[in-house]
Amino acid sequence: MLPEIGHFALILSLFFALALSFVPILGYIKKHKVLMAYSTPLTHVTSLLVLFSFIILSYSFAVDDFSVLYVSQHSNSLLPFVFKLSAVWGGHEGSLLLWVLILCGWSSAVAYKGKTLPEDIRALVLATLGIVTTGFLAFLLFTSSPFVRLLPDMPAEGADLNPLLQDVGLIIHPPMLYMGYVGFSVAFAFAIAALISGNLNSSWARWARPWTSVSWAFLTLGIGLGSWWAYYELGWGGWWFWDPVENASFMPWLAGTALIHSLAVTEKRGVFKSWTVLLAIFTFSLSLLGTFLVRSGVLTSVHAFAADPTRGVFILVLLFLFVGGSLLLYAMRAADVKSDVSFGITGREAGLLINNIVLVTLTLTVLLGTLFPLLFDALDMGKVSVGAPYFNSVFSPIALVLMLVMAIGPLLKWNRTKLDILIKQLIFPCILACVLTGITLIWQKFEWITLVSLFVAYWVLLLTLIDWASKLGNVGSSWWQRAKKLPRNYYGMLIAHLGMAVSLIGILFVSVQSQEEMVRMAPNDSVTLSGYEFVFNGVSQVQGPNYVADRANISIFKDGQQVASLAPEKRVYQARTQMMTEASIDAGLFRDLYLSLGEQLEGDTWGLRVHVKPFVRWIWLGGILMMIGGFLSAMDKRYRKVAGATI
Amino acid sequence: MHPVRKKRLVTISAILVIIGAAVGLMLYALQQNINLFYSPSQVAEGEAPNNVMLRVGGMVVDGSVKRDPKSLAVQFQVTDFAHKVTIEYKGILPDLFREGQGIVAQGKLNQDKVLIAQEVLAKHDEKYMPPEITEALENAKKKED
Repeated sequence: MLPEIGHFALILSLFFALALSFVPILGYIKKHKVLMAYSTPLTHVTSLLVLFSFIILSYSFAVDDFSVLYVSQHSNSLLPFVFKLSAVWGGHEGSLLLWVLILCGWSSAVAYKGKTLPEDIRALVLATLGIVTTGFLAFLLFTSSPFVRLLPDMPAEGADLNPLLQDVGLIIHPPMLYMGYVGFSVAFAFAIAALISGNLNSSWARWARPWTSVSWAFLTLGIGLGSWWAYYELGWGGWWFWDPVENASFMPWLAGTALIHSLAVTEKRGVFKSWTVLLAIFTFSLSLLGTFLVRSGVLTSVHAFAADPTRGVFILVLLFLFVGGSLLLYAMRAADVKSDVSFGITGREAGLLINNIVLVTLTLTVLLGTLFPLLFDALDMGKVSVGAPYFNSVFSPIALVLMLVMAIGPLLKWNRTKLDILIKQLIFPCILACVLTGITLIWQKFEWITLVSLFVAYWVLLLTLIDWASKLGNVGSSWWQRAKKLPRNYYGMLIAHLGMAVSLIGILFVSVQSQEEMVRMAPNDSVTLSGYEFVFNGVSQVQGPNYVADRANISIFKDGQQVASLAPEKRVYQARTQMMTEASIDAGLFRDLYLSLGEQLEGDTWGLRVHVKPFVRWIWLGGILMMIGGFLSAMDKRYRKVAGATI
Repeated sequence: MHPVRKKRLVTISAILVIIGAAVGLMLYALQQNINLFYSPSQVAEGEAPNNVMLRVGGMVVDGSVKRDPKSLAVQFQVTDFAHKVTIEYKGILPDLFREGQGIVAQGKLNQDKVLIAQEVLAKHDEKYMPPEITEALENAKKKED
């Protein structure tokens, strides 16, 4: 009975979402205050209904109700309880429900926080979000309802969750990713509201900015978690594969990064207005495109669940409606928008312009590489795959330009900068970065491109810190008080930029200095890599809650001292008799020792994959810093007064 | 020409030149780095070039997996049930690699049309079949009929 109630709640929510898409807009057209005011309660009711059906689905998982098709496909009574709950989004239908739930969460947050917004803007924003919700609820209900029953022949046991997904990282990775992805819908909705109302002054940028920063921070976290998960769970020791689905989340991130920066210019200086609006549309479109790529199964990928053509077509139509509709609106209205200030080529505006151009170029690079196989296939030219070398060779040099702009940009003043002062500011950190690069060079050899990148990373670190110090260094009150007085927005930028530099250092060291070997090991065999000696002590059998594992034992020595003992496993999950590699990692700030077990070759001889990965943690550490930066800048005091006061 | 228009013209042409260069570079890089997929039949019929990075996929032939007793080198065959291709690989095979399973290998063909693989991919779900392989199997079947 319960699943039917959940299904019914979902259907009901579709109707409320539909009402939310029309009533406030009707109110806006008729200038009818009451109709516009319906936007808030309608949003909340829709959200509550979706939340309710989500809880029911979770409950069905918790009590092993295998009469529900989706539960029987993705859960198993032996599954540990937490994984039963995370199995809710372990497949297509549930993860889509989560998508809608998070969209509703964002809408309700806007409705709640947006009390200070002008009535008409709030109505338009919520209605836009309502339209998106309607689209996805319809998609969910018509093509992929998670409440379909398997009656009367209900199975006694479920098929189990894919063992790869039975992992803590995967419990939180999808929700965080969706928080980011879907959060960009808020910036999108503000952009649409601004276009419809023609009210394109800088206040819309101020409203949209904190929402965008928060979504961006979540997306950063989600991508970071995904990369970390792939690193320890897939057993290849890689942290980024340029997999189409990784790209699908990376493109909105790149565009979102551009959006954050152009919103800053639009808010502070009133320039780039129509560009910022376009970028907001573009960013959310990429989120939708990402959803399409992942959900339609058109791309061969780790994440492709089941490929179902009707779903693909449905979501493609949605994509065209949303993107096409908003671009049409943009084409009709953007011509009225004029930026009222001009700026010089030495100003911060110009720096941010370059930032935007580079970021959009990067986005397009990834987009081309991701869609190329589809294009090729559609033209009947054969099946191709675009390899990581394409992305690495095109992406890296452009990203380096971005890092350079990032080093100098924050030092520029609005409108125009005195070049002689700027050069003075740049020279000292430049020399220091050269010295640091030189020191690193003594330690290890690099190619020139890596050296340049490393120099840039050091330079960014130094310039960012020196810029902060210079803001504290003046006479007067103590530095601590000064440090506290600086706006959170500034700290957000500072920390996020530091995070970029930290990640870049991690990426450079990992890419250049990683040592990897695949070896054949019998008991007491050993292999030496980067000064570490790995001794293979043999394999034993272990019983887990829902799997049996062969667990290898490896002792690791450095200079005759034992530094670690690792136990990589090869698991066989009973429900699906699916094999899985469980890597074992000795993590450290400056190096990871990474082992994963290959197959049993004969008797007690096994294949073993041995990695020594310097600085790999820095990649995710940088990601965490960026995330903190995003949240901090959204918490700036300015936004608390947000208010329609400026209108 | 009006100075404002002239300025605009210069800006727009500059942007176009930059975009053109960027797209050119991307396409060049793409050309170097795309890997075409070939079915075992296509390899057998000589459609696949030697010494070029490409992908071959099919079902692993039962009983074809041979391991070198001293190293991680392994040799096996894949088939689309019309033709077979021999693949040589040195390293650890993915978890889901087994006889009768669909796999995709990336590497270069040598003189004897043996694929020297750098990477062997099997997908993460045992029910999942790479679409390339499904299509290759269907094509091979059609030819037989």
